[in-house]
Amino acid sequence: MEITVTVNGEKTEADIEPRNLLVHFLREDLRLTGTHVGCDTSHCGACTVLLDGLPVKSCTVLAVQTDGRDVTTVEGLAQNGELHPIQEAFKEEHGLQCGFCTPGMMLTSAALLEQTPDPTEEDIRWALSGNICRCTGYMNIVKAVQWASSKMKAEATDSGS
Amino acid sequence: MAVTEHEIAGVGHSIKRKEDARFIQGKGTYVDDISLPGMLHMAILRSPLAHARIVSIDAERAQALPGVVAVVTGELLGQHNLAWMPTMSGDTQAVFATDKVRFQGQEVAAVVAEDAYTAHDALELIDVEYDPLPAVVDPKKALEPDAPIIRDDKDDQADNRCYRWETGDKSATDRAFEQADVVVSLDTFYPRCHPSPLETCGIVADVNPVTGKATLHMTSQAPHAHRTVFALVAGLPEQNIQIKTPDIGGGFGNKVPVYPGYVAATAASLLLGKPVKWVEDRSENLISTGFARDYHMHGELAMKRDGTMLALRVHLLSDNGAFFADAQPTKVKAGLFHIVTGSYDLPAAHVSAEGAYTNKAPGGVAYRCSFRVTEASYMIERLVQNAAYELGMDPAELRRKNFIAPDKFPYESVTGFVYDSGNYEAAMDLALEKVGYKELRDEQKRLREDGKLLGIGMASFTEVVGAGPAKDYDILGLKMFDSAELRVHPTGKAILKIGVQTQGQGHETTFAQIVASELGIPPEDILVQYGDTDNVPYGMGTYASRSTPTAGAATAMISRKLRDKAKKIAAHTLEVSEDDLEWETGRFFVKGAPDKAATIQDVAFAAYTNHPEDLEAGLEGSHYYNPPNMTYPFGTYVVVVEIDEGTGEWKVRRVVAVDDCGVRINPMIVEGQLHGGLAEGFAIAAMQLISFDEDGNCIGSNFTDYLLPTSWETPNFETFATVTPSPHHPFGAKGVGESATVGSPAAYVNAVVDALAHLGVRNLEMPVTPARVWEALQEARSGS
Ligand code: FES
Ligand code: FES
Repeated sequence: MEITVTVNGEKTEADIEPRNLLVHFLREDLRLTGTHVGCDTSHCGACTVLLDGLPVKSCTVLAVQTDGRDVTTVEGLAQNGELHPIQEAFKEEHGLQCGFCTPGMMLTSAALLEQTPDPTEEDIRWALSGNICRCTGYMNIVKAVQWASSKMKAEATDSGS
Repeated sequence: MAVTEHEIAGVGHSIKRKEDARFIQGKGTYVDDISLPGMLHMAILRSPLAHARIVSIDAERAQALPGVVAVVTGELLGQHNLAWMPTMSGDTQAVFATDKVRFQGQEVAAVVAEDAYTAHDALELIDVEYDPLPAVVDPKKALEPDAPIIRDDKDDQADNRCYRWETGDKSATDRAFEQADVVVSLDTFYPRCHPSPLETCGIVADVNPVTGKATLHMTSQAPHAHRTVFALVAGLPEQNIQIKTPDIGGGFGNKVPVYPGYVAATAASLLLGKPVKWVEDRSENLISTGFARDYHMHGELAMKRDGTMLALRVHLLSDNGAFFADAQPTKVKAGLFHIVTGSYDLPAAHVSAEGAYTNKAPGGVAYRCSFRVTEASYMIERLVQNAAYELGMDPAELRRKNFIAPDKFPYESVTGFVYDSGNYEAAMDLALEKVGYKELRDEQKRLREDGKLLGIGMASFTEVVGAGPAKDYDILGLKMFDSAELRVHPTGKAILKIGVQTQGQGHETTFAQIVASELGIPPEDILVQYGDTDNVPYGMGTYASRSTPTAGAATAMISRKLRDKAKKIAAHTLEVSEDDLEWETGRFFVKGAPDKAATIQDVAFAAYTNHPEDLEAGLEGSHYYNPPNMTYPFGTYVVVVEIDEGTGEWKVRRVVAVDDCGVRINPMIVEGQLHGGLAEGFAIAAMQLISFDEDGNCIGSNFTDYLLPTSWETPNFETFATVTPSPHHPFGAKGVGESATVGSPAAYVNAVVDALAHLGVRNLEMPVTPARVWEALQEARSGS
């Protein structure tokens, strides 16, 4: 099947088998290997990407379903060579260890902050509850989201004044 | 050792991690990210039955599917002498089953195809005829005389006994028990669980058909040990094997063993002359790769009426699965379980252990644990709390009464360990103060009067990590030293190559900090490499919290050797005698004339441009460190829980953790390790369970059945430190990656038991589910 999909701002045309999963299309065909696979039951969230701005588990989406739509992966988080605040935040707050869950965690967090710029700890923990991390114990991930929230609010105030 | 200047950011500084830049941009390279030209994909067919004879395997239809390149069976592997391989415990394990299958999920055959989808399609076209046999799932029944024999492949095996092992002084222990006023016992089961790093295991095997060189990109926590195993298993010359371990998505012991998939993919690449990728899916990971724990334990503690401990007796039965594949030092059979006397000054102890083969996956890996110290710590810390109830003493006070006193270190335990250092009371007191222990006990009393349930549990654990001294520790004969090679370049920058293997612990940062402290080269100027056996010196890898105690020590030692040489060069360039020079981090200066100095960067340049004639050029070298002893981290964890009587649900209100891991290289990273371990401890106490039905079907073969905690369930942690440096480690560090997984499960379970203790409850089995708590409550109430 022929599809046209915008990945990280770039329009891509592809001819793919209907049964191919989005995660495999991204990883194998486009070689965007920052999106990871950690399970086969839609539980771990390592494969999370944004589809039209909302987090989805790309192991549970067929590639053909993205026809005409917009996909953002971890490789598309930084803009114009500048890290997204959530990326800086994970480093600042030691929100990652092995890094395997990190792309999915950051994309879920970025989507949360888009909708809820000032989330409570409960908001954050709930939003991230579809993403498993085996290394960090989550506490520093929560802190990272809070850090990014503060930074984004400060930036918004700066650019607004 | 003095903490370095802030500008140098050596040991003691919470600098941000160097490795993060690539991970936060999706630019890590995990095994599955590797794609080589012409690469084929392998998928493995696994047994649906736990115990069955293989009658026939017909791969014809699979072979005929377009895109399929080859089908690999045990028979084919057998032709190359690869149907069986050695395990880490000196047993044998089938690579692909030829005679019979011995656990559900066992490897039977593999398909190699042009793409992964086709490889998986073809698995369904392989017809295997099985003749089912009765499955043995209970280790106690496995040892009964009429049990079906699982390991009939072994000539000397007439039953399902896997090993027997004992240590300690039996008669002294028996005598002490006879004289005891009070004996407290506990039967408990540390259930089978699985480390489940978020990345599963995999390999890209690339055997060059012309040169014969095998480059194996694999998820390995111990690349060099694996290279040697491959050389022994496959008969490949060791110089032609290169294990490359790129970024690893967590290990926790799961990536210590050699798995059949690695061997089969390598064999396939060798036979087909093309690179072959195999990456297991999560179900395969859960049902076939290294599980952990599965210890049935009986413990007894003998005491005087005043609480003085006299002796400890423990018997354990381990369920080892179909192959004895525990990753552990050769000289022990139940790992380091005999550290079970823990933090207490016990005059006598006896530990006996036996293992049983069952129709379950092999493993027995040290899941965030130093070889069974987790089970040991759980046993003693649970037992001590019950002992306190029996004596009517406060659990903290009973611990205090029996702690090994600070002036007794180095302390030789009755089971043969020499504890290097400790100050248990200080760590416990800090934890009690931080949690507000006295107030909590008062609150508990008040709430009980209102019929509400609050529990306070603690664990004052002692670990034994850093394997290990060559005289006692080896794996398959390979001594457990570790290594570091340091090269300082002419411009004063450096490259450090280490024999251990990071899986998220942050070695690229912390090992650079060690060099920074010793030589004064800033961490950002030091590249740390690991995980490529052609490139880095031989080492035994990372597990059992051994990196800092072994390779960390080697890093300090080689830095010091280079500093000694640097001093000679500095004396030469400054035209003074060596004795006139003094070192401060980053530079040598002339005594009494501090302005006359050579920085380490000056010296590095001189080492290549202006070195003394009687000295070799260059500033590089390597060190193999044989630790004189293990290190013994310790601490006290206190957990506070509230229980909903209606549902049995327990909620963690507080987790206060005091850890003493000696000198901390990077406190931020140490804290991160502790958070991870405290979360794993919670996971094991609350939900992680791999169980089996009576036919040997694995319950827990995916993340729907094998529950892992998410951000929603996982509590927050309050972490604190005391610092008792290791007296024998070059800079006093001890290793910390596992302390919290070792120490915390007992604290969580003790807390829930404590909430119900006034009702007579003394034990709850892990995972402590709401249903179990609720049942215990009903039982206690109906009995009273
Ligand atoms: S890979 Fe686990 S949810 Fe997609
Ligand atoms: S950092 Fe390893 S799984 Fe999250």
